[in-house]
Amino acid sequence: MTRADLCAGILWAGATAYALFGGADFGGGFWDLVAGGAERGERPRALIQRSLTPVWEANHVWLIFILVVLWTAFPPAFSAVMTTLYVPIALAAVGIVLRGSGFAFRKSIEGLSGRRAAGATFAISSLLTPFFMGTVVGAIAAGNVPADGNGAPFSSWLQPLPLLTGAMFVASGAYLSAVFLIGDARRAGEEELERYFARRALAAAALAGTAAAFGLVELHAEARYIFDRLTHEGLPLVILSALCGIGVLVALVSSARHPAAKSPRLLRPLAAGAVIAVIWGWGVAQFPYLLPTSLKISEAAAPPDTLATVIVVFIVAAILVLPALGLLYWLSQKELLGE
Amino acid sequence: MPSLDPLPLAASASNLLAAREQMAFTLGFHIVLSCLGVALPATILIANYIGLKRGDDDAMELARRWSKAMAVTFAVGAVTGTVLSFEFGLLWPHFMDRFGAAFGIAFAIEGIFFFLEAIFLAIYIYGWKRLPGWAHFWSGVPMFITGIGGAFAVVAANSWMNQPQGFTLDAAGKIVDTDPVKVLFNPATGYEVPHMILAAYMVVGFLVASIYAVGMLKGRRDRLHRLGLLIPLTIACLATPIQLFVGDTAAREVADNQPAKFAGMECIQKTGTDQTEYIGGVCTSSGVKGAIPIPGLDSFLVGFNTDTKVIGLADIPADERPPANTLLHLAFDGMVGIGSALLLLGAWLAFAWWRRRDIPRTPWFLCAVAVSGAGAILALWAGWIVTEVGRQPWIVQSYMRTSEAVTNAGGIWFAFALTLGLYAAIGTIAILVLRGMSRRWREGTPDLDGPYAPSLHGPTGRNPRDSRGFRPVGGGSE
Repeated sequence: MTRADLCAGILWAGATAYALFGGADFGGGFWDLVAGGAERGERPRALIQRSLTPVWEANHVWLIFILVVLWTAFPPAFSAVMTTLYVPIALAAVGIVLRGSGFAFRKSIEGLSGRRAAGATFAISSLLTPFFMGTVVGAIAAGNVPADGNGAPFSSWLQPLPLLTGAMFVASGAYLSAVFLIGDARRAGEEELERYFARRALAAAALAGTAAAFGLVELHAEARYIFDRLTHEGLPLVILSALCGIGVLVALVSSARHPAAKSPRLLRPLAAGAVIAVIWGWGVAQFPYLLPTSLKISEAAAPPDTLATVIVVFIVAAILVLPALGLLYWLSQKELLGE
Repeated sequence: MPSLDPLPLAASASNLLAAREQMAFTLGFHIVLSCLGVALPATILIANYIGLKRGDDDAMELARRWSKAMAVTFAVGAVTGTVLSFEFGLLWPHFMDRFGAAFGIAFAIEGIFFFLEAIFLAIYIYGWKRLPGWAHFWSGVPMFITGIGGAFAVVAANSWMNQPQGFTLDAAGKIVDTDPVKVLFNPATGYEVPHMILAAYMVVGFLVASIYAVGMLKGRRDRLHRLGLLIPLTIACLATPIQLFVGDTAAREVADNQPAKFAGMECIQKTGTDQTEYIGGVCTSSGVKGAIPIPGLDSFLVGFNTDTKVIGLADIPADERPPANTLLHLAFDGMVGIGSALLLLGAWLAFAWWRRRDIPRTPWFLCAVAVSGAGAILALWAGWIVTEVGRQPWIVQSYMRTSEAVTNAGGIWFAFALTLGLYAAIGTIAILVLRGMSRRWREGTPDLDGPYAPSLHGPTGRNPRDSRGFRPVGGGSE
């Protein structure tokens, strides 16, 4: 395995962490959006806010991590993506600003109408941001980003596969978030909310699964290279993802039938596993391309010492950041953090 | 199907100007917030330490309030910082393409610091109620370290743009080899990094102190306000003399290493010895108009001797001269002038403290402190104008022009207009939110923590937290 391949692996690891944790935070915003009026949505919104507040900024840093690794280890790929997909990327950036500031302001603005406006800003941008990020990933997978950049600014992503990928991003974030919130609700002793989010997790799972199925059809039509590799080299991961997804469905349905029984401990790992397997399946399917099928990992790679720096930084991050993140999540789950 | 895509634009001068304005504006907005991220943790931790060590409730209350304010500014800073990361690619893709392998190294390291800062900041900000006092204090100490480390890494990247080294180019201009240590510790790192970190401490110290000075001018002269003024003001006043020394060194280094930037800053037209220092004025190719001239001082400042030769703009090729000389010159003079005024303010405080262990009694002192925060921010912006406009037309000094780096993408002016509106709204709301928090603290009403819900606003409503065993919001102390 070359240094460049390792760096690509690091990029994927960052993308995985962002999809799991950042994605779930966007999903929280999605459930906030559809929670209904101020009265009806009060309790779910309060739970979502408690869950997101201490962790969303740390989770957001994974995005910075992805950008930095991409531009440092694979500068031509970064430039090619940015000069082609600048429209959805700029829209995602606007969404990031609105999501973060809306969430921060909602807590401290006085008056119901101001809070509603800030909350709606947070919630709507939590829907749009992952959607546009998904179109970027879909456009890359579809092979619409030429290695030299300056690809078509609109038709590169206003196509079925990128749009479906955007929908899949939204749905899987909502799905992860709902599964995470089931546990949070249980810990808070809010049985009603536990069922509330279990129902929503099922719906989101169905949505994400449907989008994924349509995505496969579109992949077959628009991105044959990826489709072929996904159904050969990547097949075990696709199957793993499907099994995890089915496992979550079974667990959710059975706990809905036996409301007295506690939902199983495996729910979160299974839900996360489904998403992780898809992301790594996509990675395997793209290999050895960074931009299928125009730019290979080896062609885009920075000089060896830069790659070594990225690898060392990742190791240091693994030693320092992961335990710190673990501490943050542990404190947060133990309800030791609050406003 | 008809094409969705507009015809590709030629890389136009219009794009360059729009991209530069966009970058300048978003960076100028973010830099104030990043100063808060760098220096506010230390300020809070000092108050927290005093509070714990001496059982000082006022100091604890200040630490708690500042950390609540930091929750807001850090959130806005995190997202506006992300915008800058996007802009590197959206606005300057050719720069990132050619130099990302070197420029990115510092950012990779910054990533670790930012990660740790975000994590420990969250633990600290949200750990007030449930973590034991000293454990909570120590959970905040990493924010102080990571703030400085993050500033080091980001400013090292900027220093590298001024003094690029640590890479080898092939015939086509592509980087084929890098030396990460040389990239990080380039010749400008040594003065740019401390200059920026001290600037952050000055901005935060004077800014926070100015808020309490305004309160005291309005008659709120309780101990809390005095402490709220003194803690940050002391930090800022200690940083200022060091800053003037570092800045002075930096200017000499710039004179040596980036003569075009220095000539622009000082409006020097002809190379020679015994150069006049011009204070203020308008720069023209035939000299400075309306300035206060001090003969020989410029040469003296550069080499401690009026015989020191200083290069003038006339000896710099016309297409390598920095634009907007008057702006550059006035920004430099403004930064130095404000810095000197802040030094005097510190001396005033030190004198009064030495004589009577108290802040100066006259309201003029409070007035001076009240404007010092805005002054420090202006000096910060002026400094960035000097370093960024002064480097033009280069994005990587002597290696790549900013015009070569800019994107071909359309719609930059549109994006800029949108950004102006968006940031204006966010900045306004952030200030309103912080003022609202401050008013609620004064009035002793509890903080509003929940999302929007009728029960938070109706008199008979139930706060959803009550059912979960949370202590009453505010803990009765705020």
